[in-house]
Amino acid sequence: MDISTKNTKNTGDSDASPSPSPAAGTEQRRAARGATRPGDRVFLALSRGSGIFLLVVMAAIAVFLSYRSVLAISKDESNFLTTFEWNPVAAEPSFGIAVLVYGTVVSSIIAMVIAVPIAVGIALFITHYAPRRLGGAIAYVIDLLAAVPSIVYGLWGALVLVPQMEGLYGWLDEYFGWTGILDWQGGAPRSLFTVGILLAIMILPIITNVSREVFRQAPQMHQEAALALGATRWEVIRMSVLPFGRSGVISASMLGLGRALGETMAVATVLSPSFEIKASLLDPGGGTFAQNIASKFSEASEMGRDALIASGLVLFVITLLVNGAARAIIARRAEYSGANA
Amino acid sequence: MSQSVNVKRPGDLQGATLPKWTPWAIAAGSIALGVGISAAAGLDSSVQWGLMAAIFFVLGSYGVAARVEGRRQAKDRVATSLVWVAFLLAVVPLVSLMWETVERGVKVLDGYFLSHSMGLVTDTEPGGGIYHAILGTLEQVGIATVISVPIGILTAVYLVEYGRGRLAQAVTFFVDVMTGIPSIVAGLFVLSFWILILDMGPSGFAGSMALTILMLPVVVRSTEEMLKLVPNELREASLALGVPKWRTIMKVVLPTSLGGITTGVMLSIARITGETAPVLLLVWGSSFINTDPFDGPQASLPMYIYLQYANSGGSGAAYDRAWAAALTLIAFVMILNLAARGVARWKAPKTGR
Repeated sequence: MDISTKNTKNTGDSDASPSPSPAAGTEQRRAARGATRPGDRVFLALSRGSGIFLLVVMAAIAVFLSYRSVLAISKDESNFLTTFEWNPVAAEPSFGIAVLVYGTVVSSIIAMVIAVPIAVGIALFITHYAPRRLGGAIAYVIDLLAAVPSIVYGLWGALVLVPQMEGLYGWLDEYFGWTGILDWQGGAPRSLFTVGILLAIMILPIITNVSREVFRQAPQMHQEAALALGATRWEVIRMSVLPFGRSGVISASMLGLGRALGETMAVATVLSPSFEIKASLLDPGGGTFAQNIASKFSEASEMGRDALIASGLVLFVITLLVNGAARAIIARRAEYSGANA
Repeated sequence: MSQSVNVKRPGDLQGATLPKWTPWAIAAGSIALGVGISAAAGLDSSVQWGLMAAIFFVLGSYGVAARVEGRRQAKDRVATSLVWVAFLLAVVPLVSLMWETVERGVKVLDGYFLSHSMGLVTDTEPGGGIYHAILGTLEQVGIATVISVPIGILTAVYLVEYGRGRLAQAVTFFVDVMTGIPSIVAGLFVLSFWILILDMGPSGFAGSMALTILMLPVVVRSTEEMLKLVPNELREASLALGVPKWRTIMKVVLPTSLGGITTGVMLSIARITGETAPVLLLVWGSSFINTDPFDGPQASLPMYIYLQYANSGGSGAAYDRAWAAALTLIAFVMILNLAARGVARWKAPKTGR
């Protein structure tokens, strides 16, 4: 029994740990004898080839996107990072990503601020509050909801959510309009704020699913010990479940953030875009990287497409950084929980 | 386990507790208060009175519990109600999403709708259907699946069965990177080399290539996880009998994890079926039936929804079609998901645990 768990672990970590798995060891010895069978060689070549193919595709993505971006940016007459304009097809092309960075970041932040607490709440509800049967059923349904295509969220957002938002906008304007950022001029509520809310709804299922898994793994012993000491349910959660799940929740949020940053269709259907930064979140206008690509694409010439590709490359880099951070946190947590298992 | 704490026992070991119906009473009261205030102030948005009712509920339960049970219990009740509120807040939009899609979708969804294209039907008039879009989606997703499943499974086999050293590390890393590619960036990549550099026109196949990029990492990841679950004793037993390694993989390892791999593949198909952005860039859309994925623009179900919404200028007939197509798409994705879960349960890997 002991040996078997050790072996399984070895196979699992074979890419990370220096000691080769037993299976790999056999392979190595056979290779050392120089008596590999042709079937083995073909199969190894095929599977290694697939891995290499994957690397080639990634390299090609980086190379082609960079190449077209450099073409576009070298023709840009104004600063690519700070210009508030998107006019790549003019005689003197002038375009910049300032508005897109602002729109993407702001809508994602709104989405995260709304979605993360609610998702943590639902995850706790499923694992610690709901009756077991109900919790299981809800978890199953939320799993399924994570699979709903984003275009359906977009359609729903544009035709159902947007009309519903006017009441909330009026209320926010009435009581918080003085702050300036929640000032509403009465336009259609197709603003970055509505986009943020829709993105929050979209990423809720993902964040909930991952957080739920983490909370479920919280050590039962700690919770029972806290209960035995007379802690209330909330104290149990605050003292033993949340500290255990914190890094898991963070990485879940990062995954959700990655999806919110790159979301195209839900933004394209809801937002009424313009190339300016509005002082108020409630005013229609602004844009995000993905939305800008989708809506400008059909009217773009070759130069216009290159400019869009350049903005796509920036989006790619941003999502890479976010996902990398999430993975680093997961990796750290894996070590931590491994030590406690 | 938590119930055992709340067991009411005669005796004075336990402080005063509120009766079980208190939360319900407070909930009813705060909803009534919220609706009442909204009606009095003339607010007609259901979001507003819901919000108010939620706030009243949290404050009310804290106040009542703090008076009767003490502050710690009151905090516990507030946390409980906040968790409930979070749950209800999330349920409202998600239920609304499903409800609206089904309710508005069934209006025009019938045999005619599924078996006719939009050819010769302008966007603003009623009629037409999604046959061309279903055909396009099936072909594009089919091609993407045919390309990415073998490559994905072989890559996973490489990582688990052969993988060591620099190459395997690089592949693992870049599979992770690939998982995070936004779908529109995958579309832009294929656009940059297939359409801008190789000068090919838009086609279903171009869309399939972008979908492949999105599907590959999912297949690799899920297959890898499943292969890792196969007990090493099985491999060792087979190798000890003198079976070559490749036959061990083909006849022992892969069949053992077949259920899990199938599940992963089905889930990844469900994921790419709903992708709109890359298809929009690369396949362009068409209202006619185009059965050849290698030549000329095609339609696709998610793109059909978008185009019906975006190009119709608010026509009711187009919105009806968009909802019906959305319902079809959701139904397809859900059936795939449910089937995948069914397969997972039916063929759960026998790990001996």
